[in-house]
Amino acid sequence: MTGLSRARWLLAVSVMLVAACGGSVPTDSDQTDPVEFEAGPLGAVVVAPGEQIHIRSLNSISGDIAFLGIPNQRGVEMAIADYGPVAGREVSMGTPLDDLCSPEGGQSAAQATVADPSVVGVIGTTCSSAAAAASPLISDAGMVMIAPSNTSPALTSDLAGNPSASYHPGYYRTAHNDLFQGKAVALFVRDHLGFDTAAAIHDGDPYTQGLAEAFKDAFEELGGAVTAFTAVNKGDTDMISVLTEVAAGRPQALFFPVFMPEGAFIVQQVDGVTGLEDVTLIVSAALLVDNFMELPESQGVYISGPDLRFGDNRNSITGRSAVELLDAYEAAHGEAPSGGYLAHAYDATTMLLRAIDQVAVDVDGTLHIDRAQVRDELTRTSMDGIIGPIDCDQYGDCGTQRLTVLYNTDPRNIEAGKNNVVFEYAP
Amino acid sequence: MDTFLWIVRVGAIILLIWGVAGTVVQGLSGQGPTGEAWRDLVVAGIAQGAMYGLIALGYSMVYGVLGFINFAHGEVFMSGGMVGFFVANYLWEVRLWETNFVLAILLVLLSSILTSTLVAVIVERIAYRPLRASPRLIPLITSIGISFFLQYTFAGLFGVAVKNYPPPPDSLRSRVSLLGLEIEGSKLLVIVVAVATMVGLYLFVEKTRTGRSIRAVAEDKEIAALMGIDVNRTIVATFAVGGAMAGVAGTLWALLFRGVSFITGFLPGIKAFTAAVLGGIGNLPGAMAGGVLLGLFEGVGPQLVLAGFGIPGVSQLKDVVAFTALVLVLIFKPTGLFGERLSAEDRA
Repeated sequence: MTGLSRARWLLAVSVMLVAACGGSVPTDSDQTDPVEFEAGPLGAVVVAPGEQIHIRSLNSISGDIAFLGIPNQRGVEMAIADYGPVAGREVSMGTPLDDLCSPEGGQSAAQATVADPSVVGVIGTTCSSAAAAASPLISDAGMVMIAPSNTSPALTSDLAGNPSASYHPGYYRTAHNDLFQGKAVALFVRDHLGFDTAAAIHDGDPYTQGLAEAFKDAFEELGGAVTAFTAVNKGDTDMISVLTEVAAGRPQALFFPVFMPEGAFIVQQVDGVTGLEDVTLIVSAALLVDNFMELPESQGVYISGPDLRFGDNRNSITGRSAVELLDAYEAAHGEAPSGGYLAHAYDATTMLLRAIDQVAVDVDGTLHIDRAQVRDELTRTSMDGIIGPIDCDQYGDCGTQRLTVLYNTDPRNIEAGKNNVVFEYAP
Repeated sequence: MDTFLWIVRVGAIILLIWGVAGTVVQGLSGQGPTGEAWRDLVVAGIAQGAMYGLIALGYSMVYGVLGFINFAHGEVFMSGGMVGFFVANYLWEVRLWETNFVLAILLVLLSSILTSTLVAVIVERIAYRPLRASPRLIPLITSIGISFFLQYTFAGLFGVAVKNYPPPPDSLRSRVSLLGLEIEGSKLLVIVVAVATMVGLYLFVEKTRTGRSIRAVAEDKEIAALMGIDVNRTIVATFAVGGAMAGVAGTLWALLFRGVSFITGFLPGIKAFTAAVLGGIGNLPGAMAGGVLLGLFEGVGPQLVLAGFGIPGVSQLKDVVAFTALVLVLIFKPTGLFGERLSAEDRA
């Protein structure tokens, strides 16, 4: 038997075997290029026929910061529902994970996430402190995370092309970078209020410390003097000591981007400190919460944060506008969102789902999602979100970077305060 | 004398003098807090310390009678402050808080005392009495468990968010002149109430029949029982009095800081325990004095000592100062400032 006839004989046997096993033999009429998939360096998620695509929500859904995390999680749920099937598959968020707004919580939730190889990516965390602990684990597992409300500069870059200490590939965010917020507050104090001196207090958390440092740097760059840069401990109640330290420099403004309850203790005790009788108080969006704004002592306090005036913006993927999103939220949950990052979470989720949709490859009914390609696709993101244009830089900053300063005029009418924009900044 | 201990003592004194001298130099060069600021720090430290002292009384009394540290006492304090918040909030809604603050705060005080007393007595009956014959480590660990149980029971019942008492009237927020010093009204009230409570407790323990029973049981339970004292009832009374003191502290906390949450009792509880050790465990005047001193160390120490070394953000180190002060006091005087009061069994 010659080599050629042996090959024909083997082909004939193969055809008979395939036919006997019930398989179909390609014919000229249905012959197409075979779809092939080869996983990239980070591996791939394989979704068997009939199974769902898995993503996770990792937000602060208990504790003092649940006011931010719960709307974030609901934003993820709404985006999944609005987007519909991805590459023909339903998307599952699984059981919501809690970052506890702490490094321990972030790490624990991230460990639970990476233990499940079917997860493509995560929407979260709510807090920067949790993200700093979660992002190395998520990154090492080849997954992606898109944070709706992390703002610490330490998580992405210095905006001058240099990655920050806690940046890990696969991390993205739709929230602003606090280097911009620090600049915004500095401009507000220096140019809008016309002050020469200011002090700052943080609590050691990556978010509060990063923002306070960004403010300090920007304020000094603008020619102002920072008379005190100090910190409280989380859990402190007696603020007299730290306020006395601040009062020694007699600053005209005091910026303290801390959370509750420390923020409340500061505004309640500042009146009793000699030297701070006329100081102007400025806080960040961490205190844009009802139980702070309702305090009588919060009257006259300025609050910096993301610009939440979304106007007619629409998410270009789902077509939802901000008004429609809020209406749907209230209809579903019977209340307005308690935090300001609902739209950021919604847009972040659509970003992730679109990226999965773009890179998913169907091979004989089995879906393959290449992890490296998901990252590449996210880095290339250029879309319109409810929050405005979303364009990612190489270190994951994707948000619109529009900031405002609000003025709380009346603690008995906090809705008025939430809409009382007295300063805006867009780089 | 132990050479190492001697070196530590001398080193501590040198560092202390060095830090204070550095602060004085800074003050003379126009940096650092002003005279008014030092006054504010001292007054705030005494007010906070008085509150620590009141809580410390509960630790000291229970230790004196049962010989173990009741780590759930911080939560007994928190429970009073928490229930007091709901009463205060109601009185604010019906406007009594604004129209008759004295009556309102008395009602809040009463509710806080009743709650803390009740919680302390129930904890003793359910958790500690069955373990009375056990080694001391058992009730000690139980008390840590009870502490968490109470924290999360309150979190479950009332939520985790901080609850803010209504603002006190302007008269308490403005300054009052006392011996030429301008002192914030609320802090002066806290100090006065704490001192009055302490004096009342001292008279109660020294002059009343129940007080004598408590002292007798603290001295020797078996002999006290032979003398006709109902030991169980006396122990319940001890927990009740300690709880009442914690209830008073709960209301004073509200006057000073206004915010309460389910973990409000944790750190003040630890500080109060520190104060009790500082003053001499089992010694009631020692507990009160230990509390005031601890408050002063916390309030003034960072600025007075650490700022002199040029350390930035010294306020964040106030807990370090407080606990270092405890260690130093114990190095110089191991039985605490006023000496321990131990039972015959403990002394043996």
